Amino acid sequence: MKTNEVLLEIKGLHKRYDEIIALDDINLNINKGEVVVILGPSGCGKSTLLRCLNGLEKVHGGDIRYRGKSLVNNDVNWQEIRQHIGMVFQNYELFPHMTVIENIILGPAKVQKRDKSEVMEQAKQLLERVGLFDRKDSYPRQLSGGQRQRIAIVRALCMNPEIMLFDEVTAALDPEMVREVLDVILGLAKQGMTMVIVTHEMSFARAVADKIVFLDKGRICEISEPNEFFTNPKTERAQQFLNIFQY
Amino acid sequence: MQSLGISVLFKGMNMQRLLEGLLVTARIAFFSIIIGSLLGIALGVIWTSKSKWIRLICRIYLELFRIIPILVWLFIMYFGVTTALNIDLSGEVVSVIVFSLWGAAEMGDIVRGALESLPKHQVESGKAIGLGFWDLYRYVLIPQAVRRMLPGAINLATRMIKTTSLVVLIGVIDVIKVGQQIIENSRIEVPTASFWVYGSVFILYFIICYPLSKISRKLENKWNG
Amino acid sequence: MGLNWQFITDSLPLYREAAWTTLKLGFWGILISLIIGLVCSIILYFRVKVLKTIVKVYIELSRNTPLLIQLFFLYFGLTKVGISLSENTCAIIGLSFLGGSYMAEAFRSGLEAVSKSQIESGLSIGLSKTQLVRYVVLPQAFSVAVPSIGANCIFLLKETSIVGAIAVVDLMNVTKDLIGMYYQTFEALFMLVAVYFIMILPLSLLLTWLERKVRYAEFGN
Ligand SMILES: Nc1ncnc2c1ncn2[C@@H]1O[C@H](COP(=O)(O)OP(=O)(O)OP(=O)(O)O)[C@@H](O)[C@H]1O
Ligand SMILES: [Mg+2]
Repeated sequence: MKTNEVLLEIKGLHKRYDEIIALDDINLNINKGEVVVILGPSGCGKSTLLRCLNGLEKVHGGDIRYRGKSLVNNDVNWQEIRQHIGMVFQNYELFPHMTVIENIILGPAKVQKRDKSEVMEQAKQLLERVGLFDRKDSYPRQLSGGQRQRIAIVRALCMNPEIMLFDEVTAALDPEMVREVLDVILGLAKQGMTMVIVTHEMSFARAVADKIVFLDKGRICEISEPNEFFTNPKTERAQQFLNIFQY
Repeated sequence: MQSLGISVLFKGMNMQRLLEGLLVTARIAFFSIIIGSLLGIALGVIWTSKSKWIRLICRIYLELFRIIPILVWLFIMYFGVTTALNIDLSGEVVSVIVFSLWGAAEMGDIVRGALESLPKHQVESGKAIGLGFWDLYRYVLIPQAVRRMLPGAINLATRMIKTTSLVVLIGVIDVIKVGQQIIENSRIEVPTASFWVYGSVFILYFIICYPLSKISRKLENKWNG
Repeated sequence: MGLNWQFITDSLPLYREAAWTTLKLGFWGILISLIIGLVCSIILYFRVKVLKTIVKVYIELSRNTPLLIQLFFLYFGLTKVGISLSENTCAIIGLSFLGGSYMAEAFRSGLEAVSKSQIESGLSIGLSKTQLVRYVVLPQAFSVAVPSIGANCIFLLKETSIVGAIAVVDLMNVTKDLIGMYYQTFEALFMLVAVYFIMILPLSLLLTWLERKVRYAEFGN
């Protein structure tokens, strides 16, 4: 699926919170159709990286380019960019006062000003794909965590983004629900969606990734093919990290 | 000659008279807050009783003040109760009685809330080390409850001080009444007197209430998270 | 102690009229309070420069002074410096000046209850700031604020008892007149209390019900 067309280009990215350096000299290219999985110990800057890509954090140095256009100056129209770069968070932040279907069509209808019936049709297809069409009129509180997270993915997909960012979307779920969500993401990968995924599910990472990026203390330690990374990591830090996941 | 309006405040004994009026207001507020708090603490303790009936009666007592405006209560006491019992009470006494009863109701609710929010095991561990009813309250519950209720209690005091302004409506010569007299007397010389007099009473109340509500908010932020 | 029912029946129209005045003043006072409160809370929420300071000063002034003085100042004070207002207008302005700060406080606590992640999630689907406020922040803030808004409505309706002091023919003045002119103290007081009960008890029950409903409808997540 991976092509040679570069969608996102991150160059020398630097980000800090007061004294803490959260990201330091990050260089990474994401090609169209590529699935990049970011791994690393807690606090290494994975979420921060994704949030920078979605304009939720101000960066302090370096550059991010989406289709050649820089995203770090002040006059970036994030409202526009975010329609192309969708994001799903750990805590399935659906809007609690709206039903499932209202959650999904809010963006397409109000931001993209698309035709209602066309959006409904797409929402229906997406909901059917994640097996939740019959829950379209439920409120988020009536759904399980796994169901909410699948809806959150549908909500982002319904904007027809070119890239999807997933930040530990299964971390808050009960174990038996992890699978249903990961399957949806795996399905997207098969369709050729460009994705940047942060996860702690190692076997999932190995199955889905075209490229593994290992972060430590805000820096990229290594970028490898999944098989290579899991069997024969280049760095000591990565080896230590992987050992934690082996009992 | 038409003098500068604000001078009306400083003419003759005017300032002194205003402050004397303020003293009456302060006296009413002071006694009401003290009596109301004491009654309220007692009420709050009774309110935590397990008896449904006692709780219901306390609730109704509070709701009476929540539903009927304080000014109506002042009227009831000033016109109704004095006539019914055929006694003569000054407006000042009536005010203290009504504000105390009202303060007791609200304070009772605050105390009840504070006591009920204390973790159960506090009561149990108190009992476990053999404390009697009084000792349990004195050494265990009240000291802890005080923290939880102080912001609300100070807030209530601010409300009570603001409400003292109503006493002028049942004929008490308070700071507002004195102000009205000053306005009357200087109507010719200083036509804008009411602007300055009411303006300064407004500020007087503000000077008293503002620090209190500030403290209450500070405590609330400090103790509630 | 028998009440003079004939007198009560006779005075009924007076009380009906006065209650109607009270309700009308209360209605406008509450409505304008809600608008002032909403605007102020949004200014505070977005920390709008300069306006923020003005709003803060207003809230402190409004909360820390009695309504009666606010009314006297408006009605007697301002007339003397050239601004003349009818007593009903004064009453409504006074109630709104007082109520606005209470409503602002209620809305503000509602706004603060909307989590940062809800806002980010709104941003991530491309909502603009205005859309975010309209579709995400306000609806959630509002339902959190409902109990305090309701309590404020009752508070304001009760505060209308004070507007009689500036010559509005309200329940208090009718009562006072009846006591003064006919010495029918108990009847007049009975009616006064009855009318307030009829106006406020249903509101208070409605509020209790609403509070429970909002609490049960607690948002997921
Ligand atoms: N809002 C913030 N203010 C200050 N420091 C922050 C903030 N957000 C993150 N950090 C710090 O930045 C660093 C990177 O945080 P980040 O959330 O990106 O880590 P992470 O890799 O996503 O961790 P986890 O696996 O626990 O989610 C951490 O040291 C964190 O403490
Ligand atoms: Mg994270």
